[in-house]
Amino acid sequence: MKIVLTVNGETVRADVEPRLHLGDFLRENLSLTGTHLGCEHGVCGACTVRIDGALARACLVLAVQADGCRVETIEGLSDSGEIADLQKAFHDRNALQCGYCTPGMLIAAQDLLLRDADPDRAAIREHLSGNYCRCTGYHAIVDAVMATAAGRRAGHGGA
Amino acid sequence: MKAPRFDYVRATTVAEACALLAEHGPDARLIAGGQSLLPAMNLRLASPSVVIDIGRISSLDGIDVRNNVLRIGALARHETVLRDATVALHVPLLTEALRHVAHPAIRARGTIGGNLAHADPASELPACMVALEAVVEAVSPRGVRRIMAEAFFTGLFQTALEADEMLTAVEIPLPSRPWFFQEIARRSGDYAIVGLAAVGTRLAFFSVDDRPVLRTRSAALELDPPSDLQATGAMRGHLAGVLRDRALLALGSEA
Repeated sequence: MKIVLTVNGETVRADVEPRLHLGDFLRENLSLTGTHLGCEHGVCGACTVRIDGALARACLVLAVQADGCRVETIEGLSDSGEIADLQKAFHDRNALQCGYCTPGMLIAAQDLLLRDADPDRAAIREHLSGNYCRCTGYHAIVDAVMATAAGRRAGHGGA
Repeated sequence: MKAPRFDYVRATTVAEACALLAEHGPDARLIAGGQSLLPAMNLRLASPSVVIDIGRISSLDGIDVRNNVLRIGALARHETVLRDATVALHVPLLTEALRHVAHPAIRARGTIGGNLAHADPASELPACMVALEAVVEAVSPRGVRRIMAEAFFTGLFQTALEADEMLTAVEIPLPSRPWFFQEIARRSGDYAIVGLAAVGTRLAFFSVDDRPVLRTRSAALELDPPSDLQATGAMRGHLAGVLRDRALLALGSEA
């Protein structure tokens, strides 16, 4: 089936099988491998992207369902500088080890920060509860999001 | 894992969706948000030959109050309903329950109609609808049917919907009565081990049987919950009693 969508600001045309999910489409067809696939049934959060501005699991969206949509991946958020401060905070706080969960963590954290400038630790944990990290644990990740929020409130970095 | 092959068609109206269901028979499945169907397909627990996408049918995602009824369109997404001020004002039970449904990314796509039609016995919303005495609206080529939530959920992932019928809205009578909602889960967003949605004297338990179980506050619970990796049946039964006691304490004589 033929689809046309916007990925990180660029128009993409493709002819895909209905069974192809958006995660595979991004990785295999567009070589955007920052979207990671962990569980492929919506549990781990590694494949988190934004569709029309809202969080989504790329493994739980068919590429054909994304026809006509605006998709943003970690590559897009990274290249635009939208999350530069968040990425730096993750780096500074050692909020990643193997990095597998990191793209999803960053996108989910940014989603929270866009709607809540001053989240407490519980709110951050709740918002990231659908993103699993198997190496560092979550403490440093929550620290990094807290630090980013504080920095943005003080007028540094971010979108 | 990847979903098996299937054909994909998009319906642009409810009538077209019903006609496609009738045409393709029991091997066809409707998809809206896909947050329950796609995991099942990726795990190969479901393998429909045809997937009918109803996600783009317009004007099926409204939330409004008319004639003392809160009406939520089938395509309204969990996150939208969770943040809706009208819902929070009129049926705060739903707002609270929705916080417990999965995670933000799932809630951002999953639809209320899909949740109810999926009829997962561990899901929060079916029990809420039973407690709230909600009415499910279903459309088929034969017309519109209204089904009480209590009669809508007929078993494990089973509903009263006919093969060519589509859930189009759910209607909740107002004003809502004093309510209580709690669930016990190991982690935030996990399926509940046991949960309770209570409205007035109606206690609707979830995760204790193959469908929501309604009890009145004065009656004995008499549950026979299943055992699984999360909890034994006995533990579920105990926890259901704990939630019932908490509900009675919270509701006091108001209900």
